[in-house]
Amino acid sequence: MTTWHEYIQQQAHIPEWPYPVRYGEERVIKTDVLVLGGGIAGCHAAINARRQGVKVTVLEKSNTRWSGNGGAGVDHWLSACANPCSQVSPEDFTTRALIDSGGYDCGPLRYVNAKESWDTLLDCESMGVQIRDVHGEFKGAAFRDENTELMFAYDYQSKFDLRVYGYNMKPSLQKELRRLGVEILDRVMLTSLLTEQGQQGSRVIGATGLHTRTGEFYVVLARAVVLATGLPGRLWVFSTEYRATFRDPNCTGEGMAAAWNAGAEFTRLEESVPDSATLAYIAYGVGNAHNTWHGCPIVDANGKEVPWVDRDGSDLTTTEERFLPSPGQPYMVGHGLRIPPTYENHVKQLAPDLPKRISSGEFALPLYADLSRLPEQERRAIFGLMVGNEGKTRIPVYDTLTKAGFDPDVDMLQVPVMPPGAYVHSNSWAGMAPPQWRQWASGGVVVDWDLRTNLTGLYAAGGAIFGAGAHSSAASSGRYAGRKAAEYARIAPDTQPDLNQIATEKARIYAPLQSSSRSIGWKELNAGICRVMQDTCGQYKTEEALHLGLYLLQGIRESEAGKVYASNPHELARAVECLSIITAGEAVIHASLARKASSALLNFMRLDYPAIDPPEWNKLVTLKQVEGQVTPGELPTDYHLRPPFAPTYEENYQQHCALEQ
Amino acid sequence: MDHPVYMVPNPPTPNRAIDFDAEICNGCNRCVEICRSDVLMPNPEPGHTPLVLYPDECWYCGTCVLECHHPGAITLLHPLNQSISVVWKRTTTGETFRLGMLNPPPPNTKPPAR
Repeated sequence: MTTWHEYIQQQAHIPEWPYPVRYGEERVIKTDVLVLGGGIAGCHAAINARRQGVKVTVLEKSNTRWSGNGGAGVDHWLSACANPCSQVSPEDFTTRALIDSGGYDCGPLRYVNAKESWDTLLDCESMGVQIRDVHGEFKGAAFRDENTELMFAYDYQSKFDLRVYGYNMKPSLQKELRRLGVEILDRVMLTSLLTEQGQQGSRVIGATGLHTRTGEFYVVLARAVVLATGLPGRLWVFSTEYRATFRDPNCTGEGMAAAWNAGAEFTRLEESVPDSATLAYIAYGVGNAHNTWHGCPIVDANGKEVPWVDRDGSDLTTTEERFLPSPGQPYMVGHGLRIPPTYENHVKQLAPDLPKRISSGEFALPLYADLSRLPEQERRAIFGLMVGNEGKTRIPVYDTLTKAGFDPDVDMLQVPVMPPGAYVHSNSWAGMAPPQWRQWASGGVVVDWDLRTNLTGLYAAGGAIFGAGAHSSAASSGRYAGRKAAEYARIAPDTQPDLNQIATEKARIYAPLQSSSRSIGWKELNAGICRVMQDTCGQYKTEEALHLGLYLLQGIRESEAGKVYASNPHELARAVECLSIITAGEAVIHASLARKASSALLNFMRLDYPAIDPPEWNKLVTLKQVEGQVTPGELPTDYHLRPPFAPTYEENYQQHCALEQ
Repeated sequence: MDHPVYMVPNPPTPNRAIDFDAEICNGCNRCVEICRSDVLMPNPEPGHTPLVLYPDECWYCGTCVLECHHPGAITLLHPLNQSISVVWKRTTTGETFRLGMLNPPPPNTKPPAR
């Protein structure tokens, strides 16, 4: 007996909710630094704030032990430019990243990561995460440094991306939180930020939360707050029927919505990217040649190998070349910045004209990923080391497939059979979906060199900040933001919460406990919100359709969302998530209205403004609420190197990093 | 076929997501404690296997298996529309296998790199 249905069949009664139900009961907590979200960014923020000697509290929707998008593990640690083997300086790396992203990336976030990613990884090593080949399994491999026992990924010459054994990253971080005496509030979901005098745009002085198992209400008052919540999800696509999402479906934008309502300034919200979502295949569990599987030989149904090519389109003759820059190319940062990368930065890839060559009959479907053709150490690095440690692959792929008999020494893993066009880039081999299925890309709060938002007392880390990110970037920015928040908490003046703000919030989040006629549940509500986003804010956008989207979301907010019904604390939390999803959707639509130009760099297509990336629109469009009104603005893409900031990355870092040099 | 028949809603899809082996599981609820989506609930009967209440909310992250102290007590089951696409071909024999097949080949017992 495992499922609820089996239990009902055997016991003939419905089991009671297993946790005490405490709807509306209030718990008030006071702290110095409040960290919102206990994922990778949040844990590093909390640890580093606590190291400064202040009291720290973490609010986590799930359980800090394994929670967050990066919670199930990590196999490669990016941008460790300061590791002893790296051939690329943090300055060069950040400059390159900003050029490749068309300037739309976040300079402070990139530079903090390039500077501190290695030290952050050493922190993790001290907490019990293995980052070196200490047992010598890969001795002599082209990607291993014999002195440090470090191992590199993607670009074996430049050595700034590391392969690590990070499956136990989260338990190690949680242990450190406990060792340092950080207060952990697990299963408490953020619902709003508290501001001075309850006013939008004022100093952030705490947050409210909802316990997802008991329904208890939390008020946490803090001198400084770090926003470390993940990327909003379930905004364009939601179906539990055929579930397979790469991102944690528990990340639904409570942090984004709370900061938005408090008056925080955002940018890049208009950007969205395709999402195969619920039609995806098991990530890295079917044949592919991307990320974790980079370099894997791909063969067709007759055993004919698909060529790998360099940035000029010339076929590579050796396997080694897949992991080395082209002659004259300093290094390859790869696909993490944009697809396709610029010529300067291009990685080695499978022949990009593969769709044409499949259509013409040159290659026969199905294709296979044939690890057995790789040298033993490369094969073991991909399947044994990376798949064996990456989040969502150690158990779902390595353990599951090997138990079922898969052996990369002799077996070829089939690539899903798809229309030829789907084989354009092996990143797309995860599955295809309709073009209106999108997902949140790189939108987030604007930060300065303290990783502080426009609101006093509110710092940010990881995916909450605009710009591209990854596990190491979440960790490094958490490390930095935690220090800065603690620094501010020491000098922050005392303040009192606004009781009216708390009462209003309480009324909002418990409304779903009142059932009424025609109530719907959270799932139907979520799917309806998604339909609005697909229809009115999909791949192609127009002024009229975007306005229609705002009208429909407002209608849902007042009608269906106002009557959503929850029968237990779990459903209540899910219903409240949907309210955040509406807010996130509205912000995305407002941002889409504010950018009156199409942009390939931002994956942003306006039918009524078809010119792609006109130079006058190469700027960050910003958005915030002022006295309840959505107010657009703009920033130059290099805002972080203009007054009041210093003109170079390093000067700004040295002035702000709060580290003793 | 002598058990009573009840009015129950259709089972949520995917149906199982997580499977427990009652012979190995001791009902310690460590998996319940850490499941990010609260897919699992403690069994009303202490010491018994947890109940899969919300299989439709599973992310298939596998951390319940990682957390478990009793190997084999928990199995992560990809839904059929996922598992059916995991197919492989043995280069040495030309045989085709798939995840979840009847009479699968012997397991590959090599652990992940460490």
